Order: sequence, then C-alpha cells, then structure tokens
Amino acid sequence: MRKPFARTLLVSGAIALAAFATGTVAIAAGGTEHPPARKWHFQGPFGTFDRAAAQRGFQVYQEVCAACHSLSLMAYRNLTDLGLTENQVKGLIKDISVPDLNDDGAPVDRPARPSDRFKKPFPNEAAAAAANNGKAPPDLSVIVKAREAGPDYIYGILTGYVPYDKLTPEQIKEFDVKKDDYFNKYFPGHKIAMAPPLSDDKVTYADGTKATLDQEAADVTEFLAWASEPHMEDRKRTGVRVILFLLALAGLMYAVKRTVWADKH
Amino acid sequence: MASSHGTPPVFNNKVIAWVDHRLPIFSYIEKEYHTFPTPRNFNYFWNFGAIATVMLVLMIATGIVLATNYTPHVLMAFDAVERIDRDVPQGWLIRDLHMNGASFFFIAVYIHIFRGMYYGSYKAPRELLWILGVVIFLLMMATAFMGYVLPWGQMSFWGATVITNLFSAIPVVGESIVTWLWGGFAVDNPTLNRFFALHYLLPFIIVAVVALHVVALHIHGSNNPTGIDPKGPQDTVPFHPYYTMKDGFGVVCFLIVFSVFVFFAPDYMGHPDNYIPANPLVTPAHIVPEWYFLPFYAILRAIPDKLGGVLAMFGAIAVLFILPWLDTSRVRSCTFRPIYKWFMMFLVVDVIVLGICGSKPPEGFWVPLSQFATLYYFAHFLVLLPILGKIERPLPLPPSIADSVLKKKAV
Repeated sequence: MRKPFARTLLVSGAIALAAFATGTVAIAAGGTEHPPARKWHFQGPFGTFDRAAAQRGFQVYQEVCAACHSLSLMAYRNLTDLGLTENQVKGLIKDISVPDLNDDGAPVDRPARPSDRFKKPFPNEAAAAAANNGKAPPDLSVIVKAREAGPDYIYGILTGYVPYDKLTPEQIKEFDVKKDDYFNKYFPGHKIAMAPPLSDDKVTYADGTKATLDQEAADVTEFLAWASEPHMEDRKRTGVRVILFLLALAGLMYAVKRTVWADKH
Repeated sequence: MASSHGTPPVFNNKVIAWVDHRLPIFSYIEKEYHTFPTPRNFNYFWNFGAIATVMLVLMIATGIVLATNYTPHVLMAFDAVERIDRDVPQGWLIRDLHMNGASFFFIAVYIHIFRGMYYGSYKAPRELLWILGVVIFLLMMATAFMGYVLPWGQMSFWGATVITNLFSAIPVVGESIVTWLWGGFAVDNPTLNRFFALHYLLPFIIVAVVALHVVALHIHGSNNPTGIDPKGPQDTVPFHPYYTMKDGFGVVCFLIVFSVFVFFAPDYMGHPDNYIPANPLVTPAHIVPEWYFLPFYAILRAIPDKLGGVLAMFGAIAVLFILPWLDTSRVRSCTFRPIYKWFMMFLVVDVIVLGICGSKPPEGFWVPLSQFATLYYFAHFLVLLPILGKIERPLPLPPSIADSVLKKKAV
C-alpha cells in the first residue's frame, strides 16, 4: 500500500500548504495600509533584544510616553534584565513617588521602590479618559503582542503622521479630516487621538546617539517589545535545546523501531 | 509472552503476583498493551491516537499547574495570565505549552478523524467506538471554547458572547437558557467563574470517555489500511514492542513540530486582540474563534437565519454520529474504493475552504462560497456516501493482511 499512501500524504500535504499560504496572504491583505516590515534585533529564532536600544527606548518611554500611557505589568526591578544594575535602577526612580497607605490607613505618597510596578500616569481609567478627550490611552505592557504586525505597527504609528497641509484633498474628504485632527497613515481609520508624540531631539540620549524621530521610534519599540515578553530570549534558548534533544531522541527511536521491525517488513 | 490468546501471564515477582491475584491490573496491562494482537500493516496515520492521548495528558498536567496560579475574576484574570508569563518561574513555558497544546491536540484529533473516515474505521463492528470518538470531539470543543475565555482578552469576551448567544435562537426558552448560562444578564464574573470550573471538570470526563473508547477498541482490535480483518497470527504483531516503539517514534516527531511553535511562534495560532483586556463596551472589528472552530463557524454564518445556522452547525457534528449507517459500501478502506477515495479528498478540501471562509468577514464573495461549501459538506454525508456505496465497484481486496504486506515488499 506504499504508493497510494504516499500519494495521499502528498496530496493532503499540498492542500494543507496551499491553505496555509492563502490563509496567511489573505490575512495580510485585509485592513488599512500596512506598516513596512523593518528588521528587528529580536526577530528570528536566535534574535535577542538590543540592550542599548531598549535602554534608550526606556528613556523615551519614561520622558515622553509615560505622561499618558501606563505600563502596569512591569516593575522597576525588571529593568535589571535590560542590563541596568540595581543601583542604577534605584537612581532612576529616586525622584518618583507612588501612592500608598500609611500605618494609620491614610493615603500618602512614598518614594518608589524597585519592587513597585511602574507608576501609572492617572489614578484610574476614568481619570485617564477624562484627561484625554474621553478615551483612556491604552496600557503599553503587551502592546507589541496586541497588534497585528506588532513592532512594525508600533514603529509605523510613531512615524506615520502626515501633517494636514500634506494631505491630498481626496484624503481630507474621504476621512473627513479637520484642521486640528491628527492623520496617521497606519492607524485604522487614520484619524488618531494621540498628537505626534515624538520628533527629532525630543530626548537627549546619554550614550551620544543622535535622537532622530526614526531612532526614538525604533528604540521605544525595542523597549516595548521587551516589555511585552521579557522572557523571549529564555524561550528561544530553551527551544533550541529542546528541539536538539528531541531530534536526537527521534533518531534513536527510529533506529530502535527499525531493529524491532526488522523481521516483519 | 509470545502467545496472544489464552494463557494468562505468570509473574515471578511475588508482590506483583500477590496484587495481580486480587486485582488483575498487571494481567490487564499484559493482555491489552503487550501481547495484544495488532495488525502488522499500520501506516503512520495510526500514530495519531497515541499522539492525541499524549496531548490530553500534557493538557491536563499543564492545566493543573496553570490553575494553581490563575484567578478567575473579571478584574484580575487578564493580569493573572500575564503574571504567570512574567513572574511564575517557567510560567511562560507552562502557558505556551497549554495554549499551543490545545491547537496541536486538535491537529492530532483532526488527523485521527480523517484516518478513521479514509480507512472506514467507523464501520461494523466499530460503530460505538466511532460514536465515542465523536463524543470526545464534542467534549474537546466545549473544553477548548471555555478555556479560551479564561485569559479574559477581547476575543475571550466577545467569543463567549457570540457563542453563548447562539442558544437564544432556540424558540421560547432560548433567552432563559442564555441567562442561565451566563449566570446573569451579560457575560460577566459569574460566567467566567463557571467556565473555569467546567474547563477544569470536562477534561476528566474526556479521560473517562477515552477509556471507554479504548475498551471498545480492544474488543475487535484496530482497523488497518486494507480494512480487512486479521485472519490469523501471521497478520498481527504483539502491541509491544512493535507499536509501542512505532507510536513512541511518532509521538517524538509530533512533539518536534509542536516545539517549533511553542518556542519560536507561540502566538502564531492565537489572535492579537486577545492581548487586549476584555472590554464590554468595545467590539473588535472581526470576532473570530480559534482556528479549529473556523469550519463550523463558517457553517453557522452560511445560513442567513439564526436558528437555521445554529442547527446547521450542530448538524455538521451530529451527522458524524450516524456516519456508520450512511456509508453503504461493504468495503472499509478507501484504498480499494476508486471513486470514494477522491470524494474523501474533496471533503478535506471542502473543510479547509470552510475554515478559510470562517476566518473572513461574512461579506462579498465569501458568503456564497461558504454556502456552497456548507451544502457540499452535508451532501457528502447525506447524498454521496449512501449512493456511492451502491454504485461504486471496489477494487479486488487482497486475500489477507500478510499477503498485502509481502506483495508490497516484492514490488
């Protein structure tokens, strides 16, 4: 029965592949204009986070994004994974105070500790919405996983603003853009509530890197990709070991199986 | 232990002999997993029963560990899952295994079902074995659906809303049933709590039905690629070591593919929107279920009437229960059914087309396509299958399993 079986397998394989291909292509084709695919340090089976870029990205987050966006799943202590020492982390948070209750149960502000979660810019979601035209800015903890095309989309949004006077009359008409609206190439529906957050020299990097808009956007995306999945490098490293082990085991199993079956074929 | 019939095994170990005399678990294992006569001509499609069993055990083991770290509350569930990922030692690994394990459990079971259909494993005397398998499939769907709700992301919430709302299509009592399912007037904390309880309960019921499935299997033994019954010892081999080794090899190969996804693309099978915390006030642009439900989701939406859609969706599974009686052919295996073999492949294509339709918004070209594919799906079972059995001329069957194996060797 070898031949018909092989053919069956081949046919099913081809069908599955075709379905896979059409499915993927079709998914990629839906929606608004897609952000161009960039090359990221953390991509691929062996990709790691670019520590220097992620540290610069943290600076961008802290000095710009954190004014509106929380990062509630991260604690300051997590920054040591990015290569900062404990003392550096303590230095970074020495001016931050967080709300707490004192021993009498009265609300107080106390200096932040490394074990604290990143301080939220607003006390609650209602306050965040009230300060931002009725819609709370999303938390950024898993933002890179929560969007189609993840890092490319985040980078795309940060760099995809088109000023009103650069829009074509068709675009203004089609999307009903007013003079004080913000238009973003990659945002679904294009009109975005967030003002362009980054621009050249918005921050001053300590390591001397020139703070262009592109650089800032790429750095903060690297940082947010790390924040979305801090264990990514561990995952890939473990994966390499697990798969090498399983391949060796499969080889052994196949050899034993051949031996066991030798008299039955 | 070469003999597969009669002679009970003799145990040299005194403790084992003492226990076995009172509770014959060792004789049972000996009979059912060692000497058990198994057709010698299985191809690798026959690995997927063992693979599915391994996945079930993996899901229960990882699931119990996840449950010890999870909080079923609408305000905490999303963060609880992320804390497992971030703060529980190796928590990310357990979660990625469980999350992708669901998909790979379905992959194994879908291939297992395909094998059963292609080689006619549902035909007499294995009808109950097949029906128990369909029961397992239904329980798996219920379990997977409720499990997907637990991370309490946008797709969790809206998937739960859409699917539970299906029951409102039932005349008269529909609305009451939905309220009863929700434990309130919307998908909310009581819903999440009961889904967590049931998601923990159902896998153990699956284990029980799997046990019945295996018992039923061991009455008449496995079918095989020729579909003809073993006629004597020359047609079979003892289950151990022949199939323990072959299944073991297959399981490891399957785990390699599984590992590629777990370690290098853990979110490939999921939907990005489920990383957005559930928000009852914001509906996602497209609500799609997990990929393994897409063909049935397409059937649901293909029918323009809500009750009709629900009936068609459940009918698509119900029809599997009566499959043994819809197939009128006296030949089991598609290998010897020159016409049906092709219709079997068309059915696979049809189900894949339905799956793609299910992932698309129900508009334009996708609506008639999913309607046609739905029609074809039912026509396959209710029209083609009964008629083909009558008009098809099967190829000559080999005289025995051993004969077919030896002929293959000679070719």
